[in-house]
Amino acid sequence: MTTTTQAAARLPIENPGQAYQRRKTTRGNFELYGWVFMRASGVVLLVLIFAHLFVNLVAGEGISAIDFGFVAGKWASPFWQVWDLVMLWLAMLHGTNGVRTIINDYAERDGLRMWLKIALYTAFVVVVTLGTLVIFTFDPCPPGAAADLLPSFCTT
Amino acid sequence: MPSAPAGTLYRGREGMWSWVAHRVTGVAIFFFLLVHVLDTSLVRVSPEAYDAVIGTYKNPVMGLGEAGLVAAVVFHAFNGIRIMLVDFWSKGTRYQRVMLWVVMGLFVVTMAGFLPRHLMHVFGGE
Ligand code: HEM
Ligand code: HEM
Repeated sequence: MTTTTQAAARLPIENPGQAYQRRKTTRGNFELYGWVFMRASGVVLLVLIFAHLFVNLVAGEGISAIDFGFVAGKWASPFWQVWDLVMLWLAMLHGTNGVRTIINDYAERDGLRMWLKIALYTAFVVVVTLGTLVIFTFDPCPPGAAADLLPSFCTT
Repeated sequence: MPSAPAGTLYRGREGMWSWVAHRVTGVAIFFFLLVHVLDTSLVRVSPEAYDAVIGTYKNPVMGLGEAGLVAAVVFHAFNGIRIMLVDFWSKGTRYQRVMLWVVMGLFVVTMAGFLPRHLMHVFGGE
C-alpha cells in the first residue's frame, strides 16, 4: 500500500487546532458505578464476613455449636440482625454483579446470554427476598416447639 | 492463535493466575451463598427442620468443605484488597507481583490460625 492511498482513506481533521474533546457518553455511567461498587462493597464485606466466620466457626465450640438455639441467640439481638441483613444485601449485589461480568465475558450467543442473566436475576430476587423476610419475621421462641431445642431465655 | 507476547504485565504470569483464582473463588462463594440462605431459612419452618438439616452437615466431608470455603473467602478477600491497591495506589502496578506474595503469606498465616481449630471441632477432640 502506498502512502497516498492511506492518506486518502483517512477522514479529514475538521479543526486541527482544537483541543481534544472527550466523546460524550450516551449510555450512562452504569459500568463505572458498578466498578466503584465492587470495590466499596468488597472492603465492607471483608469485615462483615470475617467476623461472621469467626463467630460461627472459631469462637466457642465452632461449627459443632450451630443449631436453632444458636441462631435464635444471635438474632434475638438487633445488632446481629442488621449485621446479617447488610451482609446479605452487599454479598448478593457484589456476587450478582461479578457473575454478570463473567456471563458477559464467556456467553457469546445473545440468546444464551439473555437466559443466563434471567436465571441470575431471578436467583438474586428470590434469595434476597427470602433472606430478608427470614431475618425480619424470625421468632426465637416459636410456640409449640420442644423447649430443649430453643434458647434458654424462652422458658424464663 | 497469536503467540503470547513477552514481557506483558499479565498474560501467563502471576497476574493472570491470580485473576483466574479470583474469578473461580468469587463464583464458588456466590453459589455457596445461594444454598446457604436457603438452608438458613429453615429456621422459619421449625427448629426441628433446621437442626435436622444442619445435623446432616456435621460430618468430616462437610467439615473439609467448610475449610475449602473459608480458604476461598480468605484468598478472594485478600486478593480483592490487592486489586484495589493496584487500581488506586500510584505504585500499585509496580508492586502487583510483590503484593501477590504478601497475599499468599497472609493467606497461609490466616489458614494456619483457622485450620487446626476448625479441624478440632470437626473431628471431635474439643
Ligand atoms: C462454613 C461457613 C459458614 C457457616 C457455618 C455459617 C453459618 C451461618 C449461620 C448459623 C447463620 C444464621 C445467623 C447467624 O449466625 O448470623 C448464617 C447466616 C448468614 N450467613 Fe453464614 N455461615 C458461613 C459462611 C458464610 C459466608 C462465606 C457468607 C457470605 C458470603 C455468609 C453469609 C450469611 C448471610 C447473608 C446470612 C443471613 C441469611 C439470611 O438472611 O437468612 N455465611 N450463617
Ligand atoms: C470478602 C470480601 C470481598 C472482597 C474484598 C472482594 C473484592 C472483590 C474485587 C475487588 C473484585 C474485582 C471487581 C472488578 O474487577 O471490577 C471482586 C470480584 C468478584 N467478587 Fe468479590 N470480594 C469479596 C467478597 C465476595 C463475595 C462474598 C462474593 C460472592 C457472593 C464475591 C464474588 C465476586 C465475583 C463473582 C467477582 C467477579 C470476578 C471477575 O469478574 O473476575 N466476592 N471482588
